[in-house]
This record gives sequence, C-alpha cells and structure tokens, in this order.
Amino acid sequence: MTSRLSAITLNTFREAVRDRVLYNLVLFVLLLVACAPLFGQISIGLERLILVNVGLSSMSLFGVIIAIFVGIGLVSKEIEKKTLYTILARPVRRWEFIVGKYFGLLLTLIVNTGLMTVGFYIALIITAHQLTRADALLLVAIYFIVLQFMVMVALTLLFSSFSTPIFSAIFAFALFVIGTFAEDLKNFAALAHGATKWLASAAAYLVPNLASLNVISQIAHEHGVSGSLVLMNTIYAVFYSAAATAAAVLIFERRNLK
Amino acid sequence: MKSQRRVTAVALVLLVVLFAGSVASRRQVDRLRGTESTLEDVLYLSSGKTVKRFSLGYSSLLADIYWTRAVQYFGSRHMQHSYRYDLLYPLLDITTDLDPNLIVAYETGSIFLSQKGPEGAGQPDKAAALVEKGIRANPEYWRLYFSLGFIHYMDRHDYKAAHDAFLKGSEVPGALSWMKVMAARMSEKADDPETAAYLWKTIYETVTDKDVRGTALLHLTSLHAEADIAGLEQRTRLYRQEFGAFPSSWSDMMRAGILQTIPLDPNGDAYKLSPDGSVHVQDPAKFRFLINSQ
Repeated sequence: MTSRLSAITLNTFREAVRDRVLYNLVLFVLLLVACAPLFGQISIGLERLILVNVGLSSMSLFGVIIAIFVGIGLVSKEIEKKTLYTILARPVRRWEFIVGKYFGLLLTLIVNTGLMTVGFYIALIITAHQLTRADALLLVAIYFIVLQFMVMVALTLLFSSFSTPIFSAIFAFALFVIGTFAEDLKNFAALAHGATKWLASAAAYLVPNLASLNVISQIAHEHGVSGSLVLMNTIYAVFYSAAATAAAVLIFERRNLK
Repeated sequence: MKSQRRVTAVALVLLVVLFAGSVASRRQVDRLRGTESTLEDVLYLSSGKTVKRFSLGYSSLLADIYWTRAVQYFGSRHMQHSYRYDLLYPLLDITTDLDPNLIVAYETGSIFLSQKGPEGAGQPDKAAALVEKGIRANPEYWRLYFSLGFIHYMDRHDYKAAHDAFLKGSEVPGALSWMKVMAARMSEKADDPETAAYLWKTIYETVTDKDVRGTALLHLTSLHAEADIAGLEQRTRLYRQEFGAFPSSWSDMMRAGILQTIPLDPNGDAYKLSPDGSVHVQDPAKFRFLINSQ
C-alpha cells in the first residue's frame, strides 16, 4: 500500500514539474528583485516590510493558484487521457489514487514554497545586509501558508472528484475567498438570532478557516505567534484537509467511471 | 464490490470523525485568537484609502464587512462595560472611506463614538468629525445634520454649534419642519430636559441598533424619573410648609391630600422618600443617566 501511494505521489509531483509548474518561481524571483529597490526609494525603512509583505503574499497567492489550477485536473485529466483505467486496472485502489494525488500535489507545493523561501531569504539578506531574530519568525508565516495549501489542495481534489475542471476551479476559488473571511462569518453568526444564527454557525464551521492561517501582517510587523496557536492551527489544518480528502474518496469510490 | 463498500464505510466514518475534529480544533483556534481577531487588519492597515485600493473595485462589499466588524467590536466592548474603544474610530473611518454613502455608519457609528463610557467611546469630537465627513459626502441627507446637532447638544454641550447644525439641516430640501423647531429650542431652551427627551425619543425611533436603542431608552427613563423626582420634591417642600416637617412616608402626603397614590418610577417601583424630603429611585442601576440617583 505504501509503495503504491508513494508511486502515485511521486508521479504526480513529476507530472507537475513536467507541466512547468515551477516556472512560477521565475516570476516570484523577478517580483522580489523588482520590489525591494523600487519601494525602497519611496521610503527608507519600509524596504523590509514591503519585501516581507510582497514575498509572503506572493508565496501564498502563487501556491493557491497552483493548488487550484493543477488540482482541478488531477482526476479529470486522468479520465480524459484514459490513463485512469490503466492505473485502476493495476492493483491500485481508488482511495489510494485520490490520497496519492493529494500528497503529490502537496509535495509539489512544499518544494515550490521551499525554493521560494530560499529566494526570499536571499532577497532579505541583500536588502537588509543581515538576518535578525525577527526574520526567523517569517518561517512561522511560511509554515501557515503551507497549512493553507494542505486545506486548499484537499478542497480542490474534493471538487474535482465529482465536477468539471472549470466548476471545480470556481468552487475552490469561491471557498478560498469565503475562507479568508471565515472569522467574519463566525462573528456574524454570533450577532444573529434563530435559524440565521444556526445556519451561519454551520456555514462558519463548514468553510475552511483560512483567516487564522494568514499571519503575514502580524509577522511583517515582527509580532510573534503563540506556540499553542501554531499547534492548534496545525491540528485544525490536518483534520480539515483529511475530512475533505475523506469526502473526495467517498465520492470517487461511488463514481461511475464508465 | 465488498471491498468498495468497506472503503465507503470507512471513508464515511472518517469524514464524520475528522470533521468533528476540525470543528473542535477550530473552536480552540477561535478561543486562542479571541473575539477581536478580525480587527488585526485595522492595526496594520489603518488607511481606508489603502484598503480601498486593495479592494479591486469591490469597496462597497468590503465596507459592509468593515461595518459588521465595527458593530461586532462595539457590541463586545459594550457587553464588557469597557471604557476603551480604541479601534472604533479607525474602523468607522475605513468603513466610510470604502463606502462614503453608507449612512448607517455615520448615524449609528457617531452615537457609538459620542456616548460616554461604558455606553460608548466618549469621543464626541471624533463623532462630530465622522458626521461632518458624512455630510460632505451626502449633503442632501438632512438627518445627518440632526445627528450632528444631537452630538453638539448632548455630548459637546456646544449649543451654538447644535443650533447651526439643526438650522442648516432644516434648509435641506425634504427636511422635516421640526428641525427648525429644534434650532429655535437650542437658542431658547437649551437646558430644558424636554428638549433632551425629544432628541432621545427621535434617536430611539429612528436607529435600529439594539445597543443604541437600549441607551436611548435608559436616557428616556432617566429623564422621566428626573422630572418625577423634581415634582415630588416640590410637593415634600409644600408638605413642610404646611406641617412644619418633612413627611416620614408617602402615606403622610396621601393623608394630607398632596398625593393620590404611592408614586412609581418608569419601571414600576415605588420612589424612596428620605427624611430630608429628597426623593430617590429604588434601583439606581436602572437609571444610569439620572443625576444624583443615590
């Protein structure tokens, strides 16, 4: 089972690399190279802040775009090319296919983010000429970005297990936007009454809480994040993405592939 | 087929268990982040114009979200009987930068700001500035002049500015005639409790926010009690003129024919009579805006 899972995982990763997904790194590096001197001229002392905001926001945005646009094709492309039948004809179970695809895309995003992190720190050294203790905090924000990817990959995979690529992209992007305002939704539920309160609360727990996984502003201003929040966010992202993957497995198991 | 059923059953159980786990951990995350976690943006990005640029044209939608955040922030602080509402003005400022025509943010937001703590932020100058910003963006909306006059009268005690605001508002096409009456009252009877009661009654009838309506009701009941107490104390003095001493109970005054029944406050409790002839309410907590309520 483990070998089959890792084979699908590595194959998905290789396929993403072959599809030139990592080309986004070039754009990322160009952004970093351009932003620091450009904004640095506007105000001295803001260089680092702008670099951190642009760098971390780009990492998050590029990753989410990759998660959505690569994720929507994970299942449909295999059906379209009829390669899925070859895979399932081997002793590979449907759930292994889904879980393998999940880890494959996640691995792609982790490698992508890892390379971006290296480039980002190089840009930081060039801009500030040194690294401080506060710069270590940036790793927490990057870790939270990876947690966001865990959730978004699972959701995209869930949609692609039953819908067309275009609708999967729309659903995933809509959930990404709603998830960014998940805490507002919960606050709205707290203010509401009766059935509205019940519905808003249910919706607040159903959508991913991406708001708590975005600490870019906080970290950019060198404000720390508590260890317990890191732990609870990790547990939340693991539970939520696993639940979404389980739902994708459930749907894909029942799906008629003929 | 049997294996497919088993996988389906396991996936279903996992889905339920994992989703329950995500809800439980989400609650923990919410607890750790606190009720004001959505307000972090305001701490780091306090310029409404910058937020507007990031809104990519959806500024009205974002204004609604910021307005909800302002209400939520005020509500939670109000419930804690807090005297600090540091983020209230920045939130309202961003909201109205994003949507300068969001009238409710000026009308209700200014009352949130102007009221003394813990009923509000105790920032009447900022409240007046917010309404003036609203008037600049919506000069045809005469009710904003009422809000401005109200703040000048109630919280800034600047009767001249209140008069000017009511008068200017009365000149806006469609303004109700009582705006002129209010302007005249500001010049003649600014200290009259009836004027204050009339203004609070208008707030109570026009504002939908329950916190503001509750405050308006408290003001109205306090003003009512204040008028009752003034009348009753006048009667106790009358009793002393006739009998040489203050009454020891309401029954004394009823026997003397000065009162018909035991006087009740707006909440239905009997007023307390002190040996020195002064009158008080039973429960001062219910009349927070009553002067000398003890």
